Amino acid sequence: GCLRQQTWKIHFILLFSRQGKLRLQKWYTTLPDKEKKKIIREIVQIILSRNQKTSSFVDWKDLKLVYKRYASLYFCCAIEDQDNELLTLEVVHRYVELLDRYFGNVCELDIIFNFEKAYFILDEFIIGGEVQETSKRSAVKAIEDSDMLQETVEEYMNKPAF
Amino acid sequence: KFLFVCFPQAKYISQCIDEIKQELKQDNIAVKANAVCKLTYLQMLGYDISWAAFNIIEVMSASKFTFKRIGYLAASQCFHEGTDVIMLTTNQIRKDLSSPNQYDTGVALTGLSCFVTPDLARDLANDIMTLMSHTKPYIRKKAVLIMYKVFLKYPESLRPAFPRLKEKLEDPDPGVQSAAVNVICELARRNPKNYLSLAPLFFKLMTSSTNNWVLIKIIKLFGALTPLEPRLGKKLIEPLTNLIHSTSAMSLLYECVNTVIAVSMTWSFFQLCVQKLRILIEDSDQNLKYLGLLAMSKILKTHPKSVQSHKDLILQCLDDKDESIRLRALDLLYGMVSKKNLMEIVKKLMIHVDKAEGTTYRDELLTKIIDICSQSNYQYITNFEWYISILVELTRLEGTRHGHLIAAQMLDVAIRVKAIRKFAVSQMAMLLDNAHLIASNTQRNGICEVLYAAAWICGEFSEHLEEANQTLEAMLRPKVTTLPGHIQAVYVQNMVKLYASILQQKEQSGEKEAAQEITQLMIERLPQFVQSADLEVQERASCILQLIKYIQKLQIKEVPVAEEVIALFAGELNPVAPKAQKKVPVPEGLDLDAWINEPPSDSESEDEKPKTIFHDEEQRHSRHRQPEIDEEELARRREARKQEQANNPFYIKSSPSPQKRYQDTPGVEHIPVVQIDLSVPLKVPGMPMSDQYVKLEEERRHKQKLEKDKKKKKQKKEKRGKHHRHNSLHTESEEDIAPAHHVDIITEEMPENALPSDEDDKDPNDPYKALDIDLDKPLADSEKLPVQRHRNVETLKSPDSEAPLVEKKSKKPKKKEKKHKEKERDKGKKKEKEKKVIEEEEEKKVILQDLHYKSSKHKKKKHKKEKEEKSKDKKKSKKKSHHSEEETTESVQNGTLDDEPLPVSSCALAALALGEGRSQTTYDIQGNLQNDSQVTVSVIFENKSTSFLKSMELNVLDSLNTKMLRPEGSSVHDGIPVPFQLPPGISNEAQFVFTLQSIVMAQKLKGTLSFIVKNDEGSTHEKLDFKLHFSCASYLITTPCYSDAFAKLLESGDLHMSSIKVDGISISFQHLLAKICFHHHFSVVERVDSCASMYSRSIQGHHVCLLVKKGENSVSIDGKCNDSTLLSNLLDEMKETLSKC
Repeated sequence: GCLRQQTWKIHFILLFSRQGKLRLQKWYTTLPDKEKKKIIREIVQIILSRNQKTSSFVDWKDLKLVYKRYASLYFCCAIEDQDNELLTLEVVHRYVELLDRYFGNVCELDIIFNFEKAYFILDEFIIGGEVQETSKRSAVKAIEDSDMLQETVEEYMNKPAF
Repeated sequence: KFLFVCFPQAKYISQCIDEIKQELKQDNIAVKANAVCKLTYLQMLGYDISWAAFNIIEVMSASKFTFKRIGYLAASQCFHEGTDVIMLTTNQIRKDLSSPNQYDTGVALTGLSCFVTPDLARDLANDIMTLMSHTKPYIRKKAVLIMYKVFLKYPESLRPAFPRLKEKLEDPDPGVQSAAVNVICELARRNPKNYLSLAPLFFKLMTSSTNNWVLIKIIKLFGALTPLEPRLGKKLIEPLTNLIHSTSAMSLLYECVNTVIAVSMTWSFFQLCVQKLRILIEDSDQNLKYLGLLAMSKILKTHPKSVQSHKDLILQCLDDKDESIRLRALDLLYGMVSKKNLMEIVKKLMIHVDKAEGTTYRDELLTKIIDICSQSNYQYITNFEWYISILVELTRLEGTRHGHLIAAQMLDVAIRVKAIRKFAVSQMAMLLDNAHLIASNTQRNGICEVLYAAAWICGEFSEHLEEANQTLEAMLRPKVTTLPGHIQAVYVQNMVKLYASILQQKEQSGEKEAAQEITQLMIERLPQFVQSADLEVQERASCILQLIKYIQKLQIKEVPVAEEVIALFAGELNPVAPKAQKKVPVPEGLDLDAWINEPPSDSESEDEKPKTIFHDEEQRHSRHRQPEIDEEELARRREARKQEQANNPFYIKSSPSPQKRYQDTPGVEHIPVVQIDLSVPLKVPGMPMSDQYVKLEEERRHKQKLEKDKKKKKQKKEKRGKHHRHNSLHTESEEDIAPAHHVDIITEEMPENALPSDEDDKDPNDPYKALDIDLDKPLADSEKLPVQRHRNVETLKSPDSEAPLVEKKSKKPKKKEKKHKEKERDKGKKKEKEKKVIEEEEEKKVILQDLHYKSSKHKKKKHKKEKEEKSKDKKKSKKKSHHSEEETTESVQNGTLDDEPLPVSSCALAALALGEGRSQTTYDIQGNLQNDSQVTVSVIFENKSTSFLKSMELNVLDSLNTKMLRPEGSSVHDGIPVPFQLPPGISNEAQFVFTLQSIVMAQKLKGTLSFIVKNDEGSTHEKLDFKLHFSCASYLITTPCYSDAFAKLLESGDLHMSSIKVDGISISFQHLLAKICFHHHFSVVERVDSCASMYSRSIQGHHVCLLVKKGENSVSIDGKCNDSTLLSNLLDEMKETLSKC
């Protein structure tokens, strides 16, 4: 269907809480907002209703959902049929590691309060649905360097508090 | 911020949005950026922020990175192709792409990856391509990845950009390299044929890369390329085996296995994969279990035999607590059944049906049982009585939604398997008799549907009924009127059929009174159906009632009527294929779309469509209503079933007819028949137990086998040794099992001149189709990327970016010249690369067959000369080779023409050149798992000449220890004919079995291949000498070993020990282990740093344990083995392999 259009590898990544609250969504495929909302609702429901002891993979439409729960957050990726589920789990795990390194023992609240950082880290790791940095060290370095850029900017200090 | 996270109520949000709108109006860019950031959060919560698109662009163009980053983030989250302001961003993005700050460039590239449109792609393609050669790897990497998005949106950019993309495969930065691999692999996966020429390059990358992410991509790519170039498959064996043995990353292992499955490699390789999958499935990790099963189901499609041996494991998975795993296992079972194991598998499934909690899973089991049994036209059913019993047992399921499915099967089997009708009818009569148990569930598609089938079968085949009267009475019971209308209708129709046959029977035997009694019974009972609310039932019943009243009148006048009543139902009903109607060709001149009559204004209701019996169309209408059975009834039935099962394991039903049949069956007296204790109330009398058939069938097969074995032994004496190929197949073959009784399955009818199948589905909207572009064709002028001159672009160009594209911008006449030169240069480079590949491959002794060139006369002469001289300076010629094409072939052949032939292993293919460029053979020695004193040598013969080769005969000079297995009666001087001829350029494989006594020493056998060469000039008889080298390693079989078992083995102390040390080792430890695994058939037990334990096992059961330690420049191997000679020989072979590293 429409999901097949203009996509490759990871179609989208969703982060949501145990209560079903969305914490991050990244789409590597273009879809109308309405469609996205529908998909999110559907997927969150599918995954939350699954038993904890089940495998991390769900066939969904013509895609596969690969998800994993870290503390109170679910990380979920949609990949294509030929793609490697275990590798996708590694991608998810790597992202969690990156978040962990950046925030220092990351928790759901970190991602709520610094949601844009969570996006920046994700963008540094995955681009257009494809892993761009396979080395953990360089990924973290790029994030830190660009943050340094941010921290040294004078304006940042004057930035109005949220 | 905190507040709206916690209380995202509509009122609060609208207040926030008002605030944001105020902030956006301010001039302070920091405030604006902050507002946009908030909007991004709101967008995630599902609010529309497209109204702020223009503000987002404003923030994107902020000079400060902090703000720019937020702007791009917002854009990437909410811009899409339909966003109209997006075209305003082109210049801003171009400016950012060429910013001196790499993070500006980076953030623009990241943003583009999300919202690139065809217009943006066209306008920015050249800028991005330039960035692929940026000085900073951080930018190069991103640019390479974005290029893929650009290709998708603007396919014209692919050809001009491809040369540079290809360059990036060899970028010094591993990140850029892996990005390029990603993009090319992704492109190639969609249109593999255009990327075949890159195979050698990727092969090199695969053997050198240690990055799992890259390896996975490349392996996937080879999975796509191999179907187009089967020769790649052979080349992949070594690196894939190495990876499978050495990797600790499950994702990589899984990818290797998946690829092997997709490209179908050798049998032994498949076995290895299945072994690895077994380990995955046995793992406690649900994910690995799930994927293991998934991969198994893929193997099943191509190599069902290799999966079937793991039936135990898969049946175990049916007990898993995870439903998704259970369902996967069920899928697998579907493909695993054979005639041999069908009954056993279904028996296990029936147990699960009983245990299953929840109707969904139970219904899934039910459909699977039926699918499994009915697949490919009941191919695996050897005993249809058993199948009918299974179906009848399934009718005891409560609350199922698949009653219709069971009914359809009963009908299908009864109609198509003529031999079973008698049995089917007796079983159906029983069902009708016990209808009260089934009828309580009257929901649509509930189990009561089986009564539909039962009534029809009893009516249609009433001649087989033993107690027709009793069945007729069962059908006339008042309770029947509570059944759904369509079932009652079938009842009414079929009771007439029954009536007719009873009538005939009574008339023939002259029992006039009995005939009148049965008519009277009909007249008494039919009115209950005439009162039915169902139109169909009412109409049929009143019609029939009148008919029977008329018959009664005739009967009173003593007129014989039976013949005429029977005539109402004369004729056989044949099964019709479900697609038959569709396949009827449309007669000429008939327009099916034309109206016959103008349609009436209101359409007919859906419900009145006629029912189809052989279609499962019905299921779509099924309504998911909960069954309405009261708890008491449920409990009662459960109790009844339990008791029956407990007290009556081999219960044989009361009906006399089938029992007689069993007594005819051989071996029945061994079955313990438990006497029925009449004090136990049997609520389901007469229900057969399918289990008894399983027993009977086993006995029958055993007997059959015994008879066959006798015959075989006789045959064996007559012609021993003629069947090398089949030696390894020890299992009872499928075809050996004859069905219990002769069964003639009527095929479904198709119309005459049926149309050919009309399955053709290719998605015309496939976005990747646009990227199906020939990349080897030189670039044309018209193909350059649109370049918009911009000062930023000019300044950023890195000095080394002199790709054709940039040059194209210069004046025309120059262009052509330069291009031509470049082409030549490219060609030169290509040749060089190919040569490199040749050298490398040569070292590994793997044949890259596509690099062998056609034999020339010149070559032939050269070889002949060499052969005559039996020159010993071949090693020299090997070194100076690689310079011309002809010598390449020669050098490969040298390796085996040498007096010291190459060691061969069961996986590695060593070249055995049979000289003169005529034929090329490759062989592979494989230990025979079933026989500890046999090895199978597979030889691939390839005809490299332009002549036809025939009457090939292979002979070997036997040694005392090793002998070729020849047909009974032939002497050691007789060769074995190769069972095929070879046209020019064709290769084929033959297998030869050798018997050996001792395997502790390596063996060399001399041999000759004689053949007739036939060409235009006539035919000549020629001979070729060769040597077969049975290395000790070829007697080893890669066997995985767990570390605890390994430790026990070492502790046992009855192993001999020996060690070697090799100096001058430069390759990595991992590579070294891989070599030992590959060439010597070991598997790694455990690895700690630069120390590893390895294990293998010989065909005669010797355990071989190794401890491999790597020093600075050396490696030491300590070995332990049951046999000291074998060990020292193995170590010597290893020493030789390692000294070549």
